Amino acid sequence: MIREALFVSAILFSIGVLGVLTRRNALILFMCVELMLNAVNLSFIALSRLHGVSGQVFVLFVMTVAAAEAAVGLAIVLSVFRHYRTVDLGRIRLLRG
Amino acid sequence: MPISNNDASLIWLVPALPFLGFMVNGLLSLLPAWRGVQDERTPAGRRALVSTVGVGVMLLSLTLSVWLFAAVSNQDSAITSSLGQWMAAGAFTVDWALSVDHLSILMMLVITGVGSLIHIYSIGYMADDAGFARYFAYLNLFVGFMLMLVMGANLPVLFIGWEGVGLASYLLIGFWFGDTANAAAGKKAFVVNRIGDFGLLLAMFLLFANLGTLDFATIMRDHAALSTPLVTTICLFMFLGCAGKSAQLPLYVWLPDAMAGPTPVSALIHAATMVTAGVYLIVRNAALFSAAPVACLVIVLVGALTALWAATVGLKQWDIKKVLAYSTISQLGYMFVAVGAGAYTAGMFHLVTHAFFKALLFLGAGAVIHGMHHALHATHRHDDAQDMRNMGGLMRRMPVTGALMWIATLAIAGIPPLAGFFSKDAILTAVAERALESPLAEASLGPIPGRVVLWFAYGLAVLTAFLTAIYMTRLMRYSFHGTFRSGADVESHVHDSPWLLRGPLVVLGVLTAIGGWLQLPAVLPLGPTAVLDKWLAPVSGSAATLLTGSGHLSHTAEYVLIGIAIAAAVAGIAVAFITLKPASLTTKAAAPAETGIGLVLANDYFVDAGIARAITGPIVAGSRKVLWRGLDLGVINGVLVQGTAQTIRVVSSVASRMQVGFAGSYVWAIALGAIAVIAAFTFRTMR
Repeated sequence: MIREALFVSAILFSIGVLGVLTRRNALILFMCVELMLNAVNLSFIALSRLHGVSGQVFVLFVMTVAAAEAAVGLAIVLSVFRHYRTVDLGRIRLLRG
Repeated sequence: MPISNNDASLIWLVPALPFLGFMVNGLLSLLPAWRGVQDERTPAGRRALVSTVGVGVMLLSLTLSVWLFAAVSNQDSAITSSLGQWMAAGAFTVDWALSVDHLSILMMLVITGVGSLIHIYSIGYMADDAGFARYFAYLNLFVGFMLMLVMGANLPVLFIGWEGVGLASYLLIGFWFGDTANAAAGKKAFVVNRIGDFGLLLAMFLLFANLGTLDFATIMRDHAALSTPLVTTICLFMFLGCAGKSAQLPLYVWLPDAMAGPTPVSALIHAATMVTAGVYLIVRNAALFSAAPVACLVIVLVGALTALWAATVGLKQWDIKKVLAYSTISQLGYMFVAVGAGAYTAGMFHLVTHAFFKALLFLGAGAVIHGMHHALHATHRHDDAQDMRNMGGLMRRMPVTGALMWIATLAIAGIPPLAGFFSKDAILTAVAERALESPLAEASLGPIPGRVVLWFAYGLAVLTAFLTAIYMTRLMRYSFHGTFRSGADVESHVHDSPWLLRGPLVVLGVLTAIGGWLQLPAVLPLGPTAVLDKWLAPVSGSAATLLTGSGHLSHTAEYVLIGIAIAAAVAGIAVAFITLKPASLTTKAAAPAETGIGLVLANDYFVDAGIARAITGPIVAGSRKVLWRGLDLGVINGVLVQGTAQTIRVVSSVASRMQVGFAGSYVWAIALGAIAVIAAFTFRTMR
C-alpha cells in the first residue's frame, strides 16, 4: 500500500516539476507548485504508517504554510499583472545581472 | 681659581644661549608671514632687535667661555656637568653631559670669538636681505650645535652637535633657496656628509660593542683593552666621518658647492669652525688614534693628497670664493697630516690660525663681493660680482680691505712672522721629525714603510705650500691690482664697506698677525715657546708621546726645515708675480674658453662629472628602470593593484552573465542541482 502511495506521490511531484520548468504563466506555475506540495503531503501521510503520527502533524503545517503562501503569492501575481499587464514570466526580467 | 660645583653646573649656558637666540630670532622671522605681509627688506626696528639678540647671545657665550678659560687654566682635569640621564640600557648609560677641558675651551674660544665677529659683520652684510631674522636664527642655531659638538662629554652628545651643524650648514647653504642651484648645493652637502656620518656611527657602534661605553674619559682610560686591528678599524671609520665633515678626499666635493651660501656663512661654517670638527674629533680621541699607527698613516696620506689636490684646483678658479673654498680644503688636508702624524698640537695650532686668516679672507672677499654687487647694481649691470676677471685694481677703491687681505694672504702663504708661518712650520717640522725617527716611521701601510709615507707627505706639503702662495697671490693680483676690468662707470661706484663690516676684519687682521705667538718654535728666540703644547698636554700629551721618537731635531735641522718652508712660500709669491699677466685678462663675458690642463683644473679634475657618470647616473637610471618602471609600475601597480582589480572584474563578469533574469532558468538550475544532489546521495548509498 505504501509503495503505491509513494509511486503516486512521485508521479505527482514530477508533473509539478515539469509544469514549473516548462510553463511561463505565473498562475499555472503557482498551481504546479501546489501540486508538488501536495505530492509531498501524500508521501508524508503514507510514511506515517511506518514512523508514527508526526508525519500527519507535518501535513497540517504544510497545508497552513501553503495557504499562507497562496495568499501572498497570488497578491504578488496580482500586483505584477497590474504593473506589467501580463503574467508571462518570460517578459519579466527584473533579476537580470 | 678651582671651580666649584655651582660654577660647573652653569656650563650648559654656553650652548644654551645661542639656542635661545635661535628661538627668538626664529619666531621673529615668522612674524611677516604670520601677519600676512611680504617684506622687501626687514624693517629697521626689527633688524635692530634681531641683531641685538643674535650678537648679544654670542657675546654672552664668549664672556662665559673666557670666564671658563680662566677657571680651567689652573687645573688639568675637565669641568664636567651632567644635565641628567639621556638613555639607559642595562649597564650602559648615556648622560646629557657637557665637559670643558683644555681642548674644548680652545675650540669654544675660537667658535664664540670668531663667531661673534662674523655675527657683527653679518649685520652689515645682510642688512638688505628680506630673510634677515631667518639668517640670524640659523647662524645662532649653528653656533649652539657647534658648541655642543665640542663640549659633549661623550660621543652621542658630540654626534647630536655633529648632525646639528650639518643641518645648520644645509639651511645656510640653501639660504637663498629661490635659486635651484643653491638648494641643490645644500642637498649635496647633506648627502655627502651622510656617507661620512655612516662611518662615525659605525665607529660608535664598534666602541659600544667592545668597550660598553661612549664616554671620552672612559674610552681614554680603557682603550688598551681593544686589539690593534679593532682600534685600527674604529679609527678608520671615525676618519671616514672626519673626511665627510672636513672635506677630505674623496668626500670633499660638497665644500666648493657650499659657497652658494652667504659669504659670512662660508667664513664661519665652511672655513673657521664646522669643517674643522673632524680635526677636533681626532685630537679628542688622540688616545685611540695613537694606538693605531696604520690608521694614522692613512690619515697622513689622505691629508697630504687632499692638500695638493685642492691646491692645484685652486690655481685655476676664477670665482673668488671658489679659490678660498679649495684653499680651505687644502689647509684642512694640512691639519690632517699633522694630527695623523700625531702632532696634535700642530694640528690644533693650524686650526686656530687658519680660523683667523681664512675667516679674514672670506670676510674680505665678502666685502669685495658686497662692493662689486652694489656697483654693478647701481649701474644696472648683470655681470658676475664674484668673478675675479671682472675685478682688478680694487686696492685703490678698498684700501683697508685690500691691506687686511694682503696680511691674510701672506699669513696663509707662510711668510714670517704671521700666524700661518708658525703653524705651517710646526706641521712641516713635526712630519719631518717623525719621518726621521718615530714609531710611526717604523710602522708600515701595507707594503709601504711608514717612513716613506711620511717623507712623501712632507714633500707634498712643501709643494702645497708653494702652490698656496701662488694661488693666493694670483687672487690678490687679479682682484686688487692692475686695472679695473668692468668699466670706469662701475669702478666709480665701488666703495670700501662701512665700518660695521671693516671692524671685524681689523680684529681678525690683528689676530692673524699675532696668532703665531700661541706656539713659538723653541729654536726661534721670540718669546715663551710651545705654549699650546703645554696647554694641550693634559688632553693629548701622552698620546702624542706615543707616536714621537725619542730623539730631538738638531738646531741645524730645524733651521733647514724653516728655511725650506719660507723658501717655498717666497718662491710661490715670486712665481705668481713673474708668470701672471693681469694686464692680458679680459672680463668673464669676453674671456676665451679654458683649454688643456687649465680646463681640467678649472673643472676640479672633472670629479663632479665623473661622480655623476659613475655613481649618480647609474643610480638614477637604475632607480628609473628597475625600481620605478620595474618594481613600482610593474610589480606593485601592475601585478598587485591592477592585477587584483582585473581578476575580480573577470570573475564578476562571468558570474553576472549567469544572472539572465528568466525565472525559468533559475528553476532549471535548481532542478538540475536537486537531481545532482539526489543522484550523489543515491550513488553513495548504492556503493
